[in-house]
Amino acid sequence: MSLFGFAFKPRRARTAQTARDRLQLLLAHERLGSSSAPDFLPQLQNDLLEVIRKYVAVDDDGVEIVMQREDAMSSLEINIELPSESAPKGAAG
Amino acid sequence: MTTGLKEEQPLGRIVVITSGKGGVGKTTSAAAISAGLAQLGHKTVVIDFDVGLRNLDMIMGCERRVVFDFINVIQGDARLKQALIKDKRLDTLYILPTSQTRDKDALTKEGVEAVLNELKEEFDYIICDSPAGIERGAQLAMYFADEAVVVTNPEVSSVRDSDRVLGLLASKTKRAESSDEPVRATVLLTRHDQARIDQGEMMNVDDVLEILAVPLLGIIPESTAVLRASNVGTPVTLEEPSNAGRAYHDAVARLTGAEVEMRIGSERRPGLFQRLFGRTA
Ligand SMILES: Nc1ncnc2c1ncn2[C@@H]1O[C@H](COP(=O)(O)OP(=O)(O)OP(=O)(O)O)[C@@H](O)[C@H]1O
Ligand SMILES: [Mg+2]
Repeated sequence: MSLFGFAFKPRRARTAQTARDRLQLLLAHERLGSSSAPDFLPQLQNDLLEVIRKYVAVDDDGVEIVMQREDAMSSLEINIELPSESAPKGAAG
Repeated sequence: MTTGLKEEQPLGRIVVITSGKGGVGKTTSAAAISAGLAQLGHKTVVIDFDVGLRNLDMIMGCERRVVFDFINVIQGDARLKQALIKDKRLDTLYILPTSQTRDKDALTKEGVEAVLNELKEEFDYIICDSPAGIERGAQLAMYFADEAVVVTNPEVSSVRDSDRVLGLLASKTKRAESSDEPVRATVLLTRHDQARIDQGEMMNVDDVLEILAVPLLGIIPESTAVLRASNVGTPVTLEEPSNAGRAYHDAVARLTGAEVEMRIGSERRPGLFQRLFGRTA
């Protein structure tokens, strides 16, 4: 190792550090039980649809939920596709 | 956003990555193969069938973006479109993660079939990452397959389990139960270590193929690139070139029907020490 070490010095960034960071982030969420987030998300989605439908007609497929987990906070992005009057149904996307 | 791929009927080919024995490289292979197919322009989705032990999301590097999963879709809690995660690197690649919290009984044959049928309308290749074992989860992962990649290490228990799995593919799949052509099965030999084979410690390719008697899809060398790729969440076929990556690319080409000469890549460059110590053998 030490004899030939110089020849095999990693040119790449140390990936083990990345692995550790990714795991810490993921496991922190999973242990907190926030991995169970998907359990309330379907209900949230249905409730949202119901509320929105009071005002506009939206497709069942018209709601998109995007989650991004980060160290300090996670974000939940909810996109609702409002059908335009003229577009034929199902042509969006 | 739409690529025009929808114009033609997609191929809709279901490929299960299976093995019987655990830890032989199924998930690594499912990730590498699906990314390789997507790179060639085939619209590809990779599904994690390992319910309760979600891992494919980490190997694909999309673990922070999981909202809905395969089970949510099967149980009608989410639309398929909402559960599919679009890969950030390749337009043609999607991931369908599994649930970390449920157990494998949450999968039903009807549910799996409905999801696969929907995916067939959109995708050229549907890659199913099977759980280990030969129980329900593994059987569901293979049931609807058109093609099977049996991941095998050159080691007795792995070869034995592969043989069991080949038996299941020939009897307990939809194709086996109907009069359709049987599932097309190939062996993917992984963690191949030429140095250990040379020392007589490990069975060679011919030994394994003779026993299993199915065609060879590829030979993936034991490689440090695999661990590095998993650390950063990138399929090894999308990482900087490595012997393992190249071997997976060759296997992918064969999967699509191309004829590629079989080569044995070794990460160890066995000539080096021989040269250093002046051996000419
Ligand atoms: N060609 C290879 N070279 C070196 N290590 C490898 C190779 N292929 C797989 N591995 C390592 O082997 C381990 C198991 O791989 P993987 O998770 O892909 O197996 P699996 O068959 O999906 O396991 P399970 O049965 O638990 O689902 C991982 O640590 C992986 O990095
Ligand atoms: Mg696995």
